[in-house]
Amino acid sequence: MNGLDLSMDMNTQMMLDGNALAGKLQTIFGVEMTGTNIICAQCGGTSMMGELRAFIQSPGIVLRCPACESVMLRLVQTPRATLIDARGVMYLKIPLSV
Amino acid sequence: MKQFIQWQIARVKAIKQETPTAKTFTFAIPAWVQHRAGQHYDVRLTAPDGYQAQRSYSVASEPERTGEIDLTVERLDDGEVSPYLHDVLVPGDQVEMRGPLGGYFVWETTLGGPLLLVAGGSGIVPLMAMVRHRVAQRSAIPTRLLHSVRTPDDVIYAAELRRLSEQHTGLDVIYTFTRQAPANWLGYARRIDEMMVREVLQTLGSKPRIYICGPTALVEVAANTLARIGIDADSIRTERFGPTGGR
Repeated sequence: MNGLDLSMDMNTQMMLDGNALAGKLQTIFGVEMTGTNIICAQCGGTSMMGELRAFIQSPGIVLRCPACESVMLRLVQTPRATLIDARGVMYLKIPLSV
Repeated sequence: MKQFIQWQIARVKAIKQETPTAKTFTFAIPAWVQHRAGQHYDVRLTAPDGYQAQRSYSVASEPERTGEIDLTVERLDDGEVSPYLHDVLVPGDQVEMRGPLGGYFVWETTLGGPLLLVAGGSGIVPLMAMVRHRVAQRSAIPTRLLHSVRTPDDVIYAAELRRLSEQHTGLDVIYTFTRQAPANWLGYARRIDEMMVREVLQTLGSKPRIYICGPTALVEVAANTLARIGIDADSIRTERFGPTGGR
């Protein structure tokens, strides 16, 4: 593989960007979310949702802050509901659908 | 901005073999919405027993083309979706898709430059949409495309990029071959590193906008290198596609 750093652990190699979840986030929130701002409750850093670190190789999805790596959002979809644990988020802007 | 997230049935118009492992599929999109260069579509396959598999694929074509899009897809031997697309799909077939998606990894000429595009393998695909958009807009924004590939056989869009860079519109394409270089190759033949990034940036001017797409490990190395040499993190956008190039 190109640029493979053998010191990089398996979790890091699996890491994606929030941008990869654009379709899922738009289904849940009803609008395009990857370009919108979100603030980390741990470090106070502002990011766009598209640049959060995304881990999707599990039953749920974990989104971490790109600055301090704290867990910001956990998302689980069941056949009957979407469950969101947002305790790592201080602020999230949901744009109006035009 | 129009919100469009419904699944729809796209029809395969054409299939082009780009490299031994990459094909470009042209899809006619019934409810076509203009994408922004860098966006992707989700593709969903449903088995007779109801099992569904879904993957995201970047649009390779320019937004200026109406009614249809190109998706260039690398075939992964252990993939769930790409082997089906490669081995089964023929023109006329129908596929469930939704998009365009993503508002983060996008570039358009109105955002300006100079522009540095860094690709690992099939990470070139969304960056190619940016290059083609730049051409369609007759933009002269200084642009460098640094493309890391394993061997000469793995270079996607080689002929088109050669032709574009010979037109002297400010687009330079720089390759680095990580496994096997062409005969008599005088260019880079190693993984992306700090010296390479510095040399490419040197010819580009200050405050570039930077887009990096490829396997996660390559994106990490490139983004960390740029941060180390003092590039503002806000000017870097990344698209990681996992350990094997799953996108």
